[in-house]
Amino acid sequence: MIELQRVSKRFGNLVVLDGVDFAVRQGETVALLGPSGVGKSVLLKHINGLMHPDSGEVWVDRMNVGLLKRKELARLRSRIGYVFQAGALFDSVSVRDNIELGITDETSAADPEYCRARVAQCLDLVNLPRETAERFPSELSGGMRKRVGIARAIAGQPTYLLWDEPTSGLDPVNAGIIDSLVEKLDDELGVTSVVVTHDVRGAFRVADRIALLRDGRIRAMGTPAELRASADPAVQEFLERDLTIPVTH
Amino acid sequence: MESHSVTLDVRRLVGRFSLRSTSHVGRVSFLLLEMARAIPEWRIWIPRFFEQAQAVGYGSLFIVGLTAGFAGAVTSLQAGYQFTGSIPVYFAAGVIVESIILELGPVLTALILAGRIGARYAAELGTMRVTEQIDALESLGRSSISHLVLPRVLAGTLMLPVLVIFSDVVGIGAGWMAAKGSLGMTNADFIYGAQYFFRPWDLWYSMIKSFSFGLAITIVPCYVGFSTQQGAEGVGRSTTAAVVSASVLILFLDAALARALLPR
Repeated sequence: MIELQRVSKRFGNLVVLDGVDFAVRQGETVALLGPSGVGKSVLLKHINGLMHPDSGEVWVDRMNVGLLKRKELARLRSRIGYVFQAGALFDSVSVRDNIELGITDETSAADPEYCRARVAQCLDLVNLPRETAERFPSELSGGMRKRVGIARAIAGQPTYLLWDEPTSGLDPVNAGIIDSLVEKLDDELGVTSVVVTHDVRGAFRVADRIALLRDGRIRAMGTPAELRASADPAVQEFLERDLTIPVTH
Repeated sequence: MESHSVTLDVRRLVGRFSLRSTSHVGRVSFLLLEMARAIPEWRIWIPRFFEQAQAVGYGSLFIVGLTAGFAGAVTSLQAGYQFTGSIPVYFAAGVIVESIILELGPVLTALILAGRIGARYAAELGTMRVTEQIDALESLGRSSISHLVLPRVLAGTLMLPVLVIFSDVVGIGAGWMAAKGSLGMTNADFIYGAQYFFRPWDLWYSMIKSFSFGLAITIVPCYVGFSTQQGAEGVGRSTTAAVVSASVLILFLDAALARALLPR
């Protein structure tokens, strides 16, 4: 379980998070919606300790992330896969090396046979040909880079997956493929996911619950149906832009 | 009224500068502490150290040799120009050898590496920071210090003294050849002059300087690269800042070490 309690974060005079309370139950997929620049990615980075709150607490698996020692934090992070917005692939090494770096268990990572098999398995899961392993990130398209980023995030068999704008910058076809992938991985791997996005349609498609971050706080949170029925004008204003075409969940 | 606001502005500037400097010192100290804590993770940093050491050492041989050769030859020619008349010619040999060992070898090599290696480290780490590659590494539960910073700092710090020895040999060799060619100095004169002014401490001093410069040209760029913000422009700014700061630090260290270590 992931829980943020009264988390606040500011950069200089800019208050990004202002007492955010946010919880994700085991096994569910929560989409975090909000306009660009509202602090969704900042919130996501608090979950695995890439950022620390100015005040408030972040709890994952009943552990206070801010109080973890170096090695404990590394162990926790090895159970949390993080899919970065632009892939964040290590550009000086091949796709294979990128995915192998995602194998966080030291015994498995030291076994070349396991690594080879796991890389192939992860590439299959994200629908990429196995030959991609020998290519370099600079030789891949944007959509392929995102999928390699996903393959790296799942290589260590995490229990949590944090998705930072998985469909941003992609054409509708590729965005649809990535959304299908989010659904498929959540179903097949049974992970707990937080999907940060400003793509309302995608969020309604993949999420069990949806939260709307606005003005530094969680403005609304509920199932897609509850959000659709919300009387809050801010929620309706945000949803109206993208939900004129019905989506299935 | 106007002088009052000028005073306030100066105070504000001094205050801001002090705050920023203290913040940098604190963050560099934290980086050093993290590096010390990463030393036991030798399985991670040793293979990367050898890669970096090869890039710093072998990769810099040509430019270091070229600079040392020219510096040695020019020092020789200038010494010959200055030591004319009643001064014995072997004095020039002493000046050439001592100038190269004490000053030109370490300082020129360090300044070249501040440009070559410092810029490279700052640009690499800065790009990794702005493209979230460092965050990605840490999100996988891996230490960015033992993967990225420690191998670079150790490689630069340990390779610089080796390069300085190479630079000293090339510089003295070139100075010797130039002295023979243009000053008409014999081999015996050169060897006598070099030995007459040489003290073993000079070599130790040169190595201490090289080691200190090695720390400066690696820690500063790694720190600056790690702190990069704001995309490609930020990487450019970091690269410039890294080279300038490392070069200035080399000059300050040079003066401080000369004052502290040379017998008066």
